Amino acid sequence: MADRRYIGVSHKRLEDRALLTGAGRFAADLSAPAQLHMRVVRSPVAFGRLRGIDAAAARRLPGVVVVWAFADVAHIPPIQIRLTKIGGLEPYQQTVLARDYVRYVGDPVAVVFAEDPYVAEDAAELVVPDIEELAPCICATDPPGEFMPATLPGVSTEVAVVRKSYGDLAAAFAAAHRVVELEVAVGRHTGVPLETRGALAEFDPASGVLTMRGAAKVPHYNRGQVARMLDMPDEMVHLIEGHVGGGFGVRGELYPEDVLVCHAALRLKRPVKWVEDRQEHLMATNHSRDQCYRLRAAIDARGFVLGLEAEIFSDQGGYVRTHGVTVPDLAAAMLPGPYVVPAYRANVHVRLTNKTPAGTYRAPGRYESTFARERLLDAIAHALGRDPIEVRRTNLVPRERMPFDRGIDTLGTRVVYDSGDYALLLDKLLAHLDYERLKAALAARRAAGERVGLGLGYFVEKSGLGPADKAVVSIDAAGTVEVVTGAASIGQGIETAMAQICAEVLQVPLERIRVVHGRTDRIDYGMGAFASRVTVMTGCAVQAAAEALREKLRAAPSGTPAAAEGWFRADHMTYPYGIHAAVVRLDPGTCAVHVERFVVAYDIGRAVNPMLVEGQIVGGAVQGIGGALFEELVYDENGQPLATTFADYLMPTLAEVPPIEALVTEDAPATQNPLGVKGAGEAGINGAGAAIAAAVDDALGRPGAVTRLPITPVRLHRLLAAGG
Amino acid sequence: MSAPSDKHAVALEVNGREYRIAVEPRRTLADALREDCGLTGTHLGCEHGVCGACTVLVDGAPVRACLMLAVQAHGRPIRTVEGLAGMDGALHPLQAAFHEAHGLQCGFCTPGFLMLAVGVLEREPDIGDAALREILSSNLCRCTGYQNIVAAVRAGAARMRRSTGHG
Repeated sequence: MADRRYIGVSHKRLEDRALLTGAGRFAADLSAPAQLHMRVVRSPVAFGRLRGIDAAAARRLPGVVVVWAFADVAHIPPIQIRLTKIGGLEPYQQTVLARDYVRYVGDPVAVVFAEDPYVAEDAAELVVPDIEELAPCICATDPPGEFMPATLPGVSTEVAVVRKSYGDLAAAFAAAHRVVELEVAVGRHTGVPLETRGALAEFDPASGVLTMRGAAKVPHYNRGQVARMLDMPDEMVHLIEGHVGGGFGVRGELYPEDVLVCHAALRLKRPVKWVEDRQEHLMATNHSRDQCYRLRAAIDARGFVLGLEAEIFSDQGGYVRTHGVTVPDLAAAMLPGPYVVPAYRANVHVRLTNKTPAGTYRAPGRYESTFARERLLDAIAHALGRDPIEVRRTNLVPRERMPFDRGIDTLGTRVVYDSGDYALLLDKLLAHLDYERLKAALAARRAAGERVGLGLGYFVEKSGLGPADKAVVSIDAAGTVEVVTGAASIGQGIETAMAQICAEVLQVPLERIRVVHGRTDRIDYGMGAFASRVTVMTGCAVQAAAEALREKLRAAPSGTPAAAEGWFRADHMTYPYGIHAAVVRLDPGTCAVHVERFVVAYDIGRAVNPMLVEGQIVGGAVQGIGGALFEELVYDENGQPLATTFADYLMPTLAEVPPIEALVTEDAPATQNPLGVKGAGEAGINGAGAAIAAAVDDALGRPGAVTRLPITPVRLHRLLAAGG
Repeated sequence: MSAPSDKHAVALEVNGREYRIAVEPRRTLADALREDCGLTGTHLGCEHGVCGACTVLVDGAPVRACLMLAVQAHGRPIRTVEGLAGMDGALHPLQAAFHEAHGLQCGFCTPGFLMLAVGVLEREPDIGDAALREILSSNLCRCTGYQNIVAAVRAGAARMRRSTGHG
């Protein structure tokens, strides 16, 4: 009998039942007997010298157990950088409570523990920090200042300049037919999962084990860090993931609050629970984007880019958090995108300001760099009077040059596009759009007075960051299969995808397979879920483990319990690619941008579950539309955040989104892994800002008009007014 | 005058079962359901009435449980996501439709969308597309992009009509 196919099939999710019936276990759903509730007291000012904390009134409130300030946690080291650590960043790391300075509104200055969460919140309002306010810096293109002038004199807020280059840039500019320049910026926005952060820490004096539930994304790494910071052996600390209400890059990094709940559970000898509220979330959880690009391109007469020079300013907020210089690094490495660009130099100025610290958000450094690069390609087309599609064709890396070594590194790996047929995907998208007819239809509508336009953004994604992943697959006497992984689930359907890969090898029905993730007590090695890595890395480890188990079972009598381990290692990432196309209509009355149609063309290499891939793409696209039109973490000149509620931070609702069309192809399987898979997580969002900006330009009839995202009604009003 | 921390006896009738609890006047219905009744399927995404993750039915109508006080719900019938599936574990037609249409990813907003849709469809089983989209735009989802939620609610509505003999 032929093997049944599981990979490539749109199986319904194994995860759904608990989530549909209210049986999910999200962080706030967990409780322990005699637990205390933690509430963080946060700085109300953006920058200032912290003189002291008056907690006397809070301590007197019935139900309050203890209030801590920095002195109470001074022995805990600052939170280390997890990814893209370069020398010289140590002074900028965040301590779990502020020491001498506060550096953003929301900076934790004290922490209250009480018997009841309402009382904890009452008490936190009675804690008065004594802060000598200083003039804040809120713009990364302003000259750098001092990080903490009195205590760390001379330490600049420009924490690093990330430099990447290849080729002979001087020769490119010397040979240029023309030079095209532009300056564009992407506003500050971020992941904003619908579940806020939360944690429940418990210390078991019988076993000596400290357990933190509410973990996400990178439980194994964070376990090691919590152990180190609290001076415990790794094996006496466990992090456990329950259900996670969205990740998008921000959730699950190690934050001050995670360390505080763990420390408190140890010190106070009671379980400690913390649940972030939404206002805190919007000023305490990582922000992202907030980059400015100054680009200069040397081009020939056809619009081929001979050389590209980029000066980029990346606003990292108050401190350097766990992502180090990941976002600037990816921005610089991925800026050339799908184009040949024979000579290149990027300098990214990584600067601190007095805003919430920043990290990654879905397609970090690419949403921004794709916007900048595609703005540039449109500007080149306009400068030469050529069609933007033709200018892109002139620049695309041809299929014959795959694998294409970009000549630079990112995240410690060489950027080598493993496979791709960029021109083919463009052809397929244009055919899907019926491009010429669509253009004509839009022109006719414009002639009739409507403000409508079409725009495209081409991008290369990256996925499957190594170095390794491990899985253990076992079968019991009853034939139930367990797949234990070191991956993490942030809602993307990994249980189903991993079960499909396992089922394909073992030929066991999906319903017989249970997938474990996000638990340091079940597997000693795990890299978690980020950088669109799980299907590639964990998936291949699951395949290897299942194959090893199949070999063991071949010789054994039916019903024999067995287990096998599998590893997958990768030195290089794998590079999917895609194009976004948007049709927009401007409303000159309300200055709203209506997205009428949004298409994502994307080559996934090979899809494990097309339904899940499409789900990732559609969801990502809507987030991308949010960042292009609505979402912005605005600050006033004093560094006060003006978007700390969902009434001010505007995420798309159903009313704002068009049907999203996903055109998923499998023309360029990955060459670096046995499944041939590439990641899907960031496909939907990457080029959304670029495509919408181009479409708005087209609708305005003014190429290059949009230089900044999001295109809010205020900004569109200015553009409309300027155009007369 | 009573102190704000004085507790009031409240009887909540949730999914057909009575919960006798004592709450401060300021306690939200959402916190009472989650912490006092142990029904954590009602989620809190913003606590200021925008996201709709905490939507429950009170007297059959969708309500933001974060904006209602527990004392206001005294004696009124409340339905939460825990009450949708049958006693035998059979999913409600809308739950089944969400599963089949991939109408959820992380699942955090799902109980709110389910209760919003159930509340509307029980009162207006034949609701038109535009009106349905208008109502569904009152809750936030950050994962799915809404497309599959709309498809799920439409499919669920058809099933509900069939199961109640309306259509």
